[in-house]
Amino acid sequence: MADRYIEPDTPELRARWGNFAWTEANAAKAKEVVARYPEGRQRSAVMPLLDLAQRQVGAELNTQGWLPIPVMEFLAEYLSMPVIRVVEVASFYTMYNIAPIGRFHVQVCGTTPCMLRGSDDIIAACKSRGMKKGHITGDGMWSFTEVECMGNCASAPMVQINDDNYEDLTAERMDAVLDALARGESPKAGTQDPARHTVEPVGEPTNLAAMVSANHDYRSEW
Amino acid sequence: MPKVKVDGIEIEVPAGATVLQAAELAGKEIPRFCYHERLSIAGNCRMCLVEVKPGPPKPQASCALPAADGQEIRTDSEMVKKAREGVMEFLLINHPLDCPICDQGGECDLQDQSVAYGRGGSRYHEHKRAVTEKYMGPLIKTTMTRCIHCTRCVRFSEEVAGVDEIGALYRGESMQITTYLEKAAHHEMSANVIDLCPVGALTSRPYAFEARPWELKKTLGIDVSDATGANIRIDSRGREVLRALPRNNDDVNEEWISDKARYQVDGLTKRRLDKPYLRRDGKLVQATWNEAFAAIATLNPGNSIAAVAGDMVDCETMFAAKALVGALGSTLLEGRQTGMDYDTSSLAAVNFNTTLNGIETADAILIVGSMVRWEAPTVNVRLRKAVKRGAKVFLIGPEWETTFGGEFLGDDLSALGNLPGHVADALSGAKRPAVILGGAALGRGGLEAALALSAQFNLVRTLEDGSAWNGFNVLHMAASRMGGLMLGYAQKGGIADLVAAKPKVLISLGADEVDYAKFAGSMIVYIGHHGDKAAHAADVVLPASAYTEKAGTYVNTEGRVQFADKAVFAPGDAREDWTILRALADAFGVSVGFDSFDALRGAMIASVPALGTEGLADYGSALPAGGGSVSGQVAYPIKDFYMTNSVARASETMQRCSAELLHGVDFAEAAE
Repeated sequence: MADRYIEPDTPELRARWGNFAWTEANAAKAKEVVARYPEGRQRSAVMPLLDLAQRQVGAELNTQGWLPIPVMEFLAEYLSMPVIRVVEVASFYTMYNIAPIGRFHVQVCGTTPCMLRGSDDIIAACKSRGMKKGHITGDGMWSFTEVECMGNCASAPMVQINDDNYEDLTAERMDAVLDALARGESPKAGTQDPARHTVEPVGEPTNLAAMVSANHDYRSEW
Repeated sequence: MPKVKVDGIEIEVPAGATVLQAAELAGKEIPRFCYHERLSIAGNCRMCLVEVKPGPPKPQASCALPAADGQEIRTDSEMVKKAREGVMEFLLINHPLDCPICDQGGECDLQDQSVAYGRGGSRYHEHKRAVTEKYMGPLIKTTMTRCIHCTRCVRFSEEVAGVDEIGALYRGESMQITTYLEKAAHHEMSANVIDLCPVGALTSRPYAFEARPWELKKTLGIDVSDATGANIRIDSRGREVLRALPRNNDDVNEEWISDKARYQVDGLTKRRLDKPYLRRDGKLVQATWNEAFAAIATLNPGNSIAAVAGDMVDCETMFAAKALVGALGSTLLEGRQTGMDYDTSSLAAVNFNTTLNGIETADAILIVGSMVRWEAPTVNVRLRKAVKRGAKVFLIGPEWETTFGGEFLGDDLSALGNLPGHVADALSGAKRPAVILGGAALGRGGLEAALALSAQFNLVRTLEDGSAWNGFNVLHMAASRMGGLMLGYAQKGGIADLVAAKPKVLISLGADEVDYAKFAGSMIVYIGHHGDKAAHAADVVLPASAYTEKAGTYVNTEGRVQFADKAVFAPGDAREDWTILRALADAFGVSVGFDSFDALRGAMIASVPALGTEGLADYGSALPAGGGSVSGQVAYPIKDFYMTNSVARASETMQRCSAELLHGVDFAEAAE
């Protein structure tokens, strides 16, 4: 995480994003979000609105979106709160991108369960395509982050690419997903194991097998 | 009131106290970094861990745990000792071992507490985290690698200063304290974060690598940069004042001082008058003391002599000048240099009657012609506290950026006689209404109109709890003002009376704001310490002492009499002011009735007994009726916060603050 840095505030950045404003649809949405909080507590809406702003930027750039400084300033103005408080929130949570991002943001889980199930191969597959930490590939397609547990341990290893998870990966399956994305297709999200539907046991159940067909009281066996 | 047991000592603590406060009441020291009495509780440094029963079987952060009845608190158990050692070891994981080159060394909480509560060595062998420096302006030097993330500075700027510009970016180990986009901290109290910082992350930029705390002589002083009389500690080495730090005084400045009070001291060594000067053929030339005295005495002014007091002089100097002028048969004394001529027959009418502490409890405040943020930064902090407690604030005058909200009612003084309905309702409905009249309104004759308002809203009243409340306040800007008024430094027509009297000799006691062109026919004898505006106009310059170079009595805007000690000697041939006036008396061949400082002080106290007792002087609570109408636009007298007096104008630090913070000059950071 130490390699997360706010994109510097440059005249070019200001020229590009200085006149950021909600689109019509997002303006209505933002209003609705602010209305969820009591009068005078509008700054509580900062997190959903940061997400909304990031998505609006994303829609414009055809990426996951990110939060340039002028956009955070716009939000601070919109919620009448100090900018530094907005920046604090945006820089704290890793789901807010505070620097430009590629067309696809590949977040590979490298925590223990995924690692044991071969996340190193997935990372190698990414790296072979030129992805590296905190860097957008030359064609603007890929950004890469190694992240901690995303809660998909039952179908490890997994990656999250923009808003979708791809699970039960091997290097080949990962390549297939990335190739499909590169071709502009939308590969099926979720498990990539053809034998699997969601996170049901692979093959015969090994745990609580007696519970498969009917309820079973295990207590006497403990 | 819960009863708790601390290390076996049973004590009763006030309701709402924390375990940490309870332990302190029992006389037990609890180490801490993030906890600070005047800031909100963060509970993130974990240094204050203690053992509390009943409760979970683990150490608990005492700063954030309310003391409850029947608690058994241990601060001396093995668990506590190990917890403190552990926390200290964690804190030191990323803290560089650069104490020998750190300015905080010797007055560092982390250093002291690691000696007292830490273990002997570290078991950490990995690389330490490094953080890039952050630019926080001309006053604050940062070494963010040393930061332990206590967030005191963040809480100070948000809660006390009211200018949200310091924050904590990123998270966890990567957390960094910074100002927004590394802009300079932009308020008048910014340097207080240096005192708050428990480590060497934020240190004083002008004082960088100047001295170690143990080499400094510490003298108790009173700040003269504004009229609040902030209590300061003057740290000096040899003949040089190296820094001024705030002293704790809940009634005056709490424990903050303005950046000007803190950093104007480097002006004490610049542009100093250290030799007497005489004007010969239109030019000031160096002279000896005897020549200077002879030049004044040969004029033989008789009773055609007047004295005007500057903003920073002490009561003793003013009394000595009064005695001298009086011995010659004149009563022409004035301290309001810029020509203000408000009525001073009742001192209660020109006093900050709620007291600085009391204004915090006001629930409706009308500020007339005062840019409080610049005129009295520590009062601004109080106003913010009042607003946080629910006070409504209305302001008459040009709009400025308040740190407490408030509603501006236009910049014309006529609003005073014609308050909008909701403002009048708020003031008449308030339990503790207050009016603050600033210099801009005083100078325009707003005093009478404001006094009429005080009668209308019954500002002087007895509260429900039986205590007296006087909500009529005048906020002065000169440290010498209240003392001067007590000593009679006021003519009915203001300084115009002195001009009209055409005195042969005008004694100027460090009065730099006077329009001396009007005194073209007088010999101007300047007794002061800086070659500033008045010295240029003077015919005789007698070098005197600045506020750090003489003992003195000061009366702040609320009528609080305070004593300051002498920290260093004045440079060169400069003398203490009273000795110059005493020698002048000899030159004139009159007797002023004192030969020593003690005799002078004794005579002054005999003349004005209130000046002999530290604390609030009693001016009574009766206010004159006032009346009349006033109109015209308000113009605040301070155009540049950092340049309000001769010391500050001579100070390089203040010049840079003024250029960078107020006039937007960009100072490129020198590459290191």
